[in-house]
Formats: sequence, C-alpha cells, structure tokens
Amino acid sequence: MKDIDCTDKTSRIINQEIRHHIQAGETEIGVHHPQARHNLGVAVLQPVSLTITGSVGYYCGGLIDGPRIEVQGSCGWGLAESMLSGTVIVSQNAGNSAAASIRGGTVVVRGSASSRAGIAMKGGTLIVQGNSGYMTGFMMQKGTIIVCGDTAEALGDSMYEGRIFVGGRISDLGNDAVIEEVTDQDRAFLTTTLAQYAIEAPASFQKIVSGRRLWQFDKKDFDTWREAL
Amino acid sequence: MSERPVVRHSTIWKPENIEDIQAKADLGRYRIRGFSALRDRPLPSFDDLTFVPCTLTRVPLEGYREKCSTKTVLGTRFAKKPIEIDIPIMVTGMSYGALSYNAKVALAKAAARAGTSTTTGDGGMLAAEREHSDILIYEVLPSRYGINVHHLRQADAIELTVGQGAKPGTGGLLLESKVSDEIAELRDLPPGVDQRSPCRHPDWLGPDDMLTKIEELREATDWQVPIFVKMGAARVYDDVKLAAKAGADVVVVDGMEGGTGASPDILLDHTGIPTLAAVSEARVALEECGLYGTVQLIIAGGIHSGPAAAKALALGADAVYIGTAALIALNCNKPLYVDDYHAIGAEPYACHHCHTGRCPVGITTQDPELMKRLDIDAGVERVGNFFNAMTLEIQMLARSCGKSDVHALEPEDLRALTLESSMITGIPLAGTNVVFAGGPGWKPSSER
Repeated sequence: MKDIDCTDKTSRIINQEIRHHIQAGETEIGVHHPQARHNLGVAVLQPVSLTITGSVGYYCGGLIDGPRIEVQGSCGWGLAESMLSGTVIVSQNAGNSAAASIRGGTVVVRGSASSRAGIAMKGGTLIVQGNSGYMTGFMMQKGTIIVCGDTAEALGDSMYEGRIFVGGRISDLGNDAVIEEVTDQDRAFLTTTLAQYAIEAPASFQKIVSGRRLWQFDKKDFDTWREAL
Repeated sequence: MSERPVVRHSTIWKPENIEDIQAKADLGRYRIRGFSALRDRPLPSFDDLTFVPCTLTRVPLEGYREKCSTKTVLGTRFAKKPIEIDIPIMVTGMSYGALSYNAKVALAKAAARAGTSTTTGDGGMLAAEREHSDILIYEVLPSRYGINVHHLRQADAIELTVGQGAKPGTGGLLLESKVSDEIAELRDLPPGVDQRSPCRHPDWLGPDDMLTKIEELREATDWQVPIFVKMGAARVYDDVKLAAKAGADVVVVDGMEGGTGASPDILLDHTGIPTLAAVSEARVALEECGLYGTVQLIIAGGIHSGPAAAKALALGADAVYIGTAALIALNCNKPLYVDDYHAIGAEPYACHHCHTGRCPVGITTQDPELMKRLDIDAGVERVGNFFNAMTLEIQMLARSCGKSDVHALEPEDLRALTLESSMITGIPLAGTNVVFAGGPGWKPSSER
C-alpha cells in the first residue's frame, strides 16, 4: 500500500500522486486527511484499490472505469458521477446526486443519500443503506437503485426504465412511477447483492418501475404530461 | 365601383394564428418542430450593420494579394494544449441521432479539410466522427447521453453545455422516429421513445458548483485541453461573467436564431435574445471582468455568411459556430425529392421538419434509405467549399478595412443602419456620431 497525505496539497497534486503510483504499478493506495477536497480520484481507469480515510467533497470517483474506491467518511455532490465500471463505497452519508448518470459499476452509501440520488442512471447499481432524499431516481434510464430505508418525495419521477427497490416507507411516487410486484427473482437478487456488502436486507421491499406513460406524447394523458413537461 | 367586397384581414387573427389554434386544438399540446426561429417580425441582426472600409483616413490592403491571417487560437487561459484552427469558423454540436451518420461524417471530414473543428452533440461521440475530425470538441450536456470518460479523454476540447440558443432553459427533444435501435442503445434509452433531455445537469446547479465541475473535467483530462462553457443567450452580460469567473477557457454564446433538430416552437420564437445582442453583451462582460482576450468568445446562432461572421468578429467574437448553415451546404432545403417535402407538409426553402425524421435529403434522419441520399464525399466537397467561401468573404471585408488579420476587425469598422442595432451594439448610427448605449462600440465622446 502506498500512502498519500493530502495535508497542504491541492486536489490536482493529490490526483497526480495517485496517477503516479498507479503508473508505477501500485494496486493499493491510501489517501489520508482529505479534508473534504473536491474531485479526488477522478478518472481513475485502472482496477486499483483507493482507500480515502476521511470525508471528501464533490465528484469523488467521478468519471472512473474500473477501480474500487472506499471513502471512510461522508461525501459531497456527484459521487462517482458517470462511472463506467468499478465500485465506490462511502461509509457515511452522500450529498446530492450520488451515482448521477452512472453507466455501470456499483455505488454503496452506508449512511443516507441526499436528493436526486441515482439521477439519470444509465446502468449499474446504487445501494443506499439508510434513507434517500427527494427525486431519487429522477429520469433514470437503466440500472437498479436499492434503498433499504425510507425515500422522500417524487421517487422515480419520469424514469424511462430501470428499477428501484425500497425497504422502508415511500413518501411519494414521482410522475409515471408505479409499484410493481416483487418477484422471487428480485428477492434473490436483493439478498445476494446486499450480502456482498454485508448489508442486512430489510424484511420486505417495494419495487418501483416506469409506468411508460411518458414514453410518447399522448393528448389523452394530459394530466401526466402537464406535470412532466 | 367593384362588385367584389373589400376583404379586410385582421392583424390579430392572421391566417397563421388561426391555423396555429386549430392545430393545437387537434394536437392537445404545444407544437414541435426543427430548424430555427420563424417569427413574422424580423430580429435585429448583423444585417443591420455595415462595414466602413478604408478611404482616405485609412489604407486598405490589396484585396486579392496581401495576406490576411485567419488563424484562430482558443483556450489559452489554463489548458496546456489550446486549440489552433486555420479559420474562425467552427461546426457546432449536433448529435448523432438528430443528424444521420452520413451527415456527421461529412461534417467531420469537411471541417478537417478546412482546418477547423467539429463538435459531438447530445448523444455522445460517434467513433467515425472522432476518426475523421482533426479537432473534435466533446460536449458534456445535462442529459449525459453516451457519456464515456475514454471518449472525453480523446477530445481536443470539452464543452460544458448549459443550454442552447434555440431553447435556452429547456432540454433537447428527439422524437420516436429518430430513436432507432442504434440511437437508443447509444443513449441507454428504450427504442422508439420520445426522448426528453433534461435541462439541468444532474450533478450541479449554479455557477459555484460549475467551478468545481470544470475542475473535475480538467482533472479528468489532466489540464491538457480547453474547457468551453456554452449557453443559450438570455442574461448574457451576467451569465458570461459567471462562466468566466468559474474558470472557463472559452465561453460560447448561442443566440436565439440558433437551430435545433426538435423543439417546442414557442421556445424557438419567443425565448432568448438575438445573436447581435448576445455578442455585444458578452464582450462588455468580459471587458469588465478584465478577461477579454484571456477568455475567448465564440458566437453562434444564425450565422449564415462571411459578412455575418466578420461582423461578429468585429464586435468581439474570436470565432463563430455554424450549424444550420453547414447543413444547408449539405443540401438541407434544396429542391431535390420535392414530392418527399410535400409528403411531410413542407416545401424546399421552407422546410423545418427535422423533428419528423423524414428529411428528404438524408441529413436529419435515421432512415437508412433516406440517409443514402446524402453522399458523404459530395457533402464534404460542398461544406468544404462553403467554409472556403465564408473565409474569403471575411478576409475580403477585413482587407477592405485595412486589417491583415481577421481578428483585428473592431467595432470602429462598423456603422449601424438602424436605430435599434445602434442601441444594441453601441455602434454609431450611420450618418451620425451618436451612441445610444454601452455595447462594444461605445466609447466616451472624448475618445471618438
């Protein structure tokens, strides 16, 4: 393990040191005293392990393809945004838009996630062990969101496809989000997926999918479109 | 006295207003179309300005002999590798999806031939576009369709798009006929949906967040390439200042004449400000920040000719984007396959039916049969020729104003032909020495 002390260093210098260690063949890197700096671990494209001991700012693990990043603390907005593959785990809470627009990989928030978690997801999996904020899964396109706790208003608003599982209370469904029956296959998936991250599955889940009424303009469905357009 | 009664037409209930009401009465929603503004009332435009070439007070350059540089450099503020292009005319972002494969490839090849750039669009990067573009600008849009860090890192510049002139404050549209299986897969969408792009980025909202977002994009590209910020022209004076202060290398302002593949038509006609006003506000904003010349300015929206581009440069732009003009050079609106124009309710020279996906000349379609009508090599020739013609026109005007570099054109080279263009630009009305407002042509009377 190679260690980087962030004290008195800019994000640019820290990221340069991370890349330097990766190019030198290191596969395990520790990043210490991050002091909520933004943009740490951005665009890491190798299957290395990055452990950040402390809280981070915006876009930690953004635009990555392949690494495993573990944040021992909380994170700001846009955690792992646009990730292609890899794993990002945050031990505490996540700010707005965790896993925004990810196309693959897995994001795990062991605490709660703020609003718009999983917004515009295009693949991959977002797991929130606690609660999630309003508009979770907004305009989601593909992939899976698992929220073990409660969800706030407008869950799954305007989602095209994908699926959202909620173990706690749903405050309010968004436009065109509908509840679908959980299948045995879904239950097996949830148990297996959560077990990988040592998360105990809630007793039961609800499953939310797209009602597909926003897929095409339809004048007969004016009430839905009035809200969505 | 004639036996026929005098027919009186209402200026309120004009035939087009009646038709519009009856169309909406059938449709049950706003109307959607492509192209750009189709307003009855003309917008203030670059046509409202004229150059005042050299006579006795200044000496012109020999029009057909003396050199006049068109080299353009963008992104000199922070990027290690600024963009260097041969001409101040670039191809704006138009998605693969809105445009056909043949159109995207033809534009890429033509831009490369002319020594300039092309831009991806709201659908990710097409591999062939990268292959054939010498300089490719990768757009990061609110939708993030096709976002791919590997594509990002292959780009020569990144454009963080806040909005576009055709519909500022609103996301894009791609109707079902163009969401083919391939386009759907590239965008991670179900095939055949009416795609409604978001207007807000998923992971940032205001300029403070954007500053951090720009830093993320720089980190992802190792500070090598310029970061552009593109916006639809609205509150340009404030917005340009915010973008510049957030760290943009280049600011792109797209006026309300900007085109689109599909938009609610009310947005095309009733939102944003004209390109003429946009360039005027943008220049003053950068000057007041002390960043004019440090942050480069690209102007877009209805630029259709060398004179329009030259006037944009004189008012303060470093380069112009063209989009619709490049498509027209490809044959958009040309009277070919006339029956197919009629079949979609259009006419040559008056077609704005890009949204239907039934483009008679194979440009704004995903239909393989229609696409064949656009021959790539012939398209490259036409667009390349148009680039050359525009460049020669800009040089001709610059030489006539005594400039050996098109970037030396300045507000003093212009006069306004209308009161409103004078007020918008601060350029004196021809025949007067009166300045009405504080645009780029404005100078204290003691300096005039």
